[in-house]
Amino acid sequence: MSTFRIFEIAGSALAAQSVRLNATASNLANANNVAGSPDAVYQAREPVFEVVTDAQGEAAGVRVTDVQTSAAEPQKLYQPGHPLADAEGYVYAPSINVVEEMVNMISAQRSYQSNVEVFNTVKDLTMRTLTLGK
Amino acid sequence: MSDPLFGIHAKALSLGRARMDVLAANIANADTPNYLAKDVDFAQALKTETTTGSSAAEVWRVPLQASADGNTVDVQIEQAQFAQAALKYQASLNFLDGRVRALMTAITGQ
Repeated sequence: MSTFRIFEIAGSALAAQSVRLNATASNLANANNVAGSPDAVYQAREPVFEVVTDAQGEAAGVRVTDVQTSAAEPQKLYQPGHPLADAEGYVYAPSINVVEEMVNMISAQRSYQSNVEVFNTVKDLTMRTLTLGK
Repeated sequence: MSDPLFGIHAKALSLGRARMDVLAANIANADTPNYLAKDVDFAQALKTETTTGSSAAEVWRVPLQASADGNTVDVQIEQAQFAQAALKYQASLNFLDGRVRALMTAITGQ
């Protein structure tokens, strides 16, 4: 067992949560990004988390296994004056729920904070252990 | 068998760190589907460690309310337990620190 395993655990969670924050940022940034055809529309990104286990089968962190794209149908908007409108006057917008994305962002932020807290606590304790008797 | 110099605290430190490992893994996996939270029964672990030298006293955490994705981590409980584990670790450190200082005083005679 590594003495510094706890840093890897908290660090892996920080990395995973920042991937989640990135995906949310990308979804929010592209929420109003319209396209001229249903195939060219931006698709919402959603990371998938998985437990990392060590050789003994103990939980040793978390990782992002996949970033899935949403299969939701794009919204069809009638805007004949839009430069990207197709022959029938429609543009296509991604079906991203902005409220859902904001909630996701807050959740990721809270989880990130918890892990930073763990990291700092363990860092302090390790420093105190290293200076034992001084 | 008890350590003649540092008593139970050396073992308490390594067990405390192992427990913080488990709790950190719980907090890290707070958003992972189907993850089952675990904890270490510290008293039991310390008892078996001091008598038999092995430490395996992991217990599953029973969630207060089930979540839809099968995850049993309650971040508030994990954070509270982690804070408690950190405090106990610090207590053991303080005892060890005092012991080391006492021994140094005895050795140097100052």
